[in-house]
Amino acid sequence: MIQVENLTKYYGNIPAIEDISFTVGKGDILGFLGPNGAGKTTTMRILSCFMPATRGTARVAGYDVFKDSMEVRKRIGYQPENVPIYRDMSVSAYLNFVAQVRGIDRRERKTKIGKAMDECGITGVSGKLIGKLSKGYRQRVGIAQALIHDPEVLILDEPTIGLDPRQIHGMRDLIKNLGGQRTIILSTHILPEVSMTCQRVVIINEGRLIAVDTPDNLMARLQKGTKILAEIEGPPDDIMRELKGVPGVKNIEKKDAKSENTFTYLIDSTIDRDIRKELFAAVSKNGWLLTEIRQIDMSLEDIFLKLVTEEKD
Amino acid sequence: MVNFYAILKKEMGSYFKSPIAYMIITVFSVISGYFFYSLFALFGVMSVQSMNNPNMQSALNITEEVVGPAFSTMSILVLFMTPFLTMRLFSEEKKSGTIEMLMTFPIKDTEIIMGKFGACFLTFLVMLAPTLFYQVILFILGKPELGPVISGYIGIVLMGASFISLGILISTMTENQIIAAVVTFGALLLFWIIQWGASFAGPVFAKVLIQLSIIEHYQEFARGVIDTNDVIFYGLFAFFFLFLTMRSLESKKWRG
Repeated sequence: MIQVENLTKYYGNIPAIEDISFTVGKGDILGFLGPNGAGKTTTMRILSCFMPATRGTARVAGYDVFKDSMEVRKRIGYQPENVPIYRDMSVSAYLNFVAQVRGIDRRERKTKIGKAMDECGITGVSGKLIGKLSKGYRQRVGIAQALIHDPEVLILDEPTIGLDPRQIHGMRDLIKNLGGQRTIILSTHILPEVSMTCQRVVIINEGRLIAVDTPDNLMARLQKGTKILAEIEGPPDDIMRELKGVPGVKNIEKKDAKSENTFTYLIDSTIDRDIRKELFAAVSKNGWLLTEIRQIDMSLEDIFLKLVTEEKD
Repeated sequence: MVNFYAILKKEMGSYFKSPIAYMIITVFSVISGYFFYSLFALFGVMSVQSMNNPNMQSALNITEEVVGPAFSTMSILVLFMTPFLTMRLFSEEKKSGTIEMLMTFPIKDTEIIMGKFGACFLTFLVMLAPTLFYQVILFILGKPELGPVISGYIGIVLMGASFISLGILISTMTENQIIAAVVTFGALLLFWIIQWGASFAGPVFAKVLIQLSIIEHYQEFARGVIDTNDVIFYGLFAFFFLFLTMRSLESKKWRG
């Protein structure tokens, strides 16, 4: 659905993005991940035909964003960062305006606007001025205007920024529901969001592409070895000595004390297999009490940090 | 065409759903009304005096004493007011970021510009409309010629269109409305006083300066003469600056 090849954009002499390439399949939700200023917005602006690239090509539904800009624009619903929409218009007047410029037939306009408002849950505020709406509702109006013409591709720049936790949850559900029939690109610097909503992740940093993969693959790829957290009641020194003898254990770190005699331990294992059974056996053999044992998954956060710092080295 | 109409409607909405248009129209009406009243009252006093002076009586002409000067002062008032009509057209969209939305809709830049120009022009016409009332009073109380009144309005409408096109260009260059208004006002003022240099410039250059002056071209209209030279001047002026507006929007894209 979307093919991006060697996309490069310079602002003056400063590169905003350099040689970004990725593809997005039909119906996929792609997460665009990167720290602030990494080039997420620049990439999205090029895809939405707001500005041309310095080098490279981007195609949406087979149309070049520069040469066939009008065809691309017809097929895209775009919500820029911070949802810039006219504050002095009412929600219904604004959506009516968007429907008009989107070339929706007068007879269909009402049903399409109604449908978009339903989908985003803003029917109740249709008569209100946009400037008077809360941030969450304004964000929803922003998505409604992007949906109104039933686009094949949705581009959402930071759709959950500035929302409260409940609204973020609602927004994620909304985006997940929208996926499937539509191709969605969303950018964020909030990592759990990507693992929750997206099938594929593009990580960029300082304008360069670092990784393109599914969230699961990324985790698997980087999870060399496992971390295990155990909470054990017993003499710490003995425990440390004993557990170090368990095959596969690379390192043990004593963490905070839960009570006088109970500590949590962070155990690094080298090999890629579950050593929890052996650990349990070692603890019970000595008559200590194991109150908790679990594997710690590497979060996207860790992966992200790892990738970004690896890049620097 | 649908897109042009959509933009036009949206812009008309932001003029008339906020106090902006009403304030501008009120100020314009009050000041132009006062000018008209002064000119008309002066003419009344002179008429009374002329009853004792037959020579003066023959020289009195309501078209030349009231209609012409009233249009001349109105043209200057228009110069003062148009920057306030045009200042927000693009600069507000740039400041609030809505330009990004606007430029990614499937509409052409020309449709956006013409929609905004059209809305501003219509608002300008609405601003002029109350002055028709003054002409009605003139026709009830006196016997002015109709020709100069009509040519005066044609001239002021053409002049307004060219002022607006310059204002739109400047509003694409800044996101600050005050800067847009001040620069537009300065540019218009410069186009007005540019002919002052004609008195000491060389003969050819003097002619150029006079031809460039936006107010100079209006004098003929106020006198009741519609010269194609003046009509073409205003037409080209408007076209030239609308064309530059288009280029200005395009260049913004490349510079990011």
